[in-house]
Amino acid sequence: MKKGKKIKKQTRNRRRPFDGLQALFLFLVFCLITLLGAILSNSPRTVSGLAGAVASLQDQSGVESPVTAVLLNFRGYDTLLEVMVLLLAVIGVWSLAKAPFPTPETDISPVQMGVVRLLAPVMCLVAAYLVWQGSHLAGGAFQGGAILGAAGVLLLVSELPWLHAIPVYVLRIGLVLGPLVFVGTALSCLFLTGTLLAYPKGTAGWLILLIETACALSIGLTLALLFGGGRPESDVPGGDSP
Amino acid sequence: MITTLLYSLTGLILFGMGLFTLIIHSHPLRKILAINVMASGVFLILIATAYTPLGQGEIDPVPHAMVLTGIVVSVSVTALALILACRVQETSNRTLRKKTKQPKNTKGPKS
Repeated sequence: MKKGKKIKKQTRNRRRPFDGLQALFLFLVFCLITLLGAILSNSPRTVSGLAGAVASLQDQSGVESPVTAVLLNFRGYDTLLEVMVLLLAVIGVWSLAKAPFPTPETDISPVQMGVVRLLAPVMCLVAAYLVWQGSHLAGGAFQGGAILGAAGVLLLVSELPWLHAIPVYVLRIGLVLGPLVFVGTALSCLFLTGTLLAYPKGTAGWLILLIETACALSIGLTLALLFGGGRPESDVPGGDSP
Repeated sequence: MITTLLYSLTGLILFGMGLFTLIIHSHPLRKILAINVMASGVFLILIATAYTPLGQGEIDPVPHAMVLTGIVVSVSVTALALILACRVQETSNRTLRKKTKQPKNTKGPKS
């Protein structure tokens, strides 16, 4: 307690004087922002970027939504790597920390239970709808995954006892499901058509939906487990605590 | 036109605020938050520039896709950074405790 107070006092003392260096840096940042603002306001707004190129290839992409077409067809390689980044983040977090899963001592309040019972199924439904909607409107794997992640966070926050009973290999399979399906599709496309992630004609829509579903599950699980803040306790060898 | 410019300038100001905080403050949590604020500013600028006023609601989907994945990636990067910051805090606190235990009379680790 005392030490924390002392540290806080020290940092406050260190922060208080607004010395010349900070003022200079503030001025520099201000100059940078002014410069960038001038560039932004003077840049021509008539160029449409890649919108025309995307629109001309839209009917070949297998989906009607241009964002999904870019995400999973035209620039599928980027998305593949980003899904890998998510997996790497979970691996990093799991190798650094153990999850501080608290053992539930008190009963969950009925109000909280009611909210969870009401919201969690609806959130799963909304996530599934968003993934399905991704083919023709705004939506897709990342939005659906975010909603699924929020549902997982809700379950984690309410400290449901059956969350501890989930075996870790289920979580691991769920984590790698999206990347595996994505890589598997990419490799089979490589064998079938000769190019990585060049879908065979006519199958693009279904393949995109398959990848999106698997990725949404994995992204949701990833976000929820990142919120959990580390490797589950039951995963540690020998320490199979309830 | 003026709306797009407003969004871009707001994103720019967010970016500047984040950059300033990132350099000025030494606490890792503040740095992580500052990077998040900077990322939000960049996302805002990208979304604003993706809107082309001539095409009547027509958007450039490439920046949208980039921002979409970028948001999720930035969330996971934030989580990883927070875990790393926690580890740094734990280890540095341990060394600080050791240092303060050995010499009892001195007031802190600062020389």
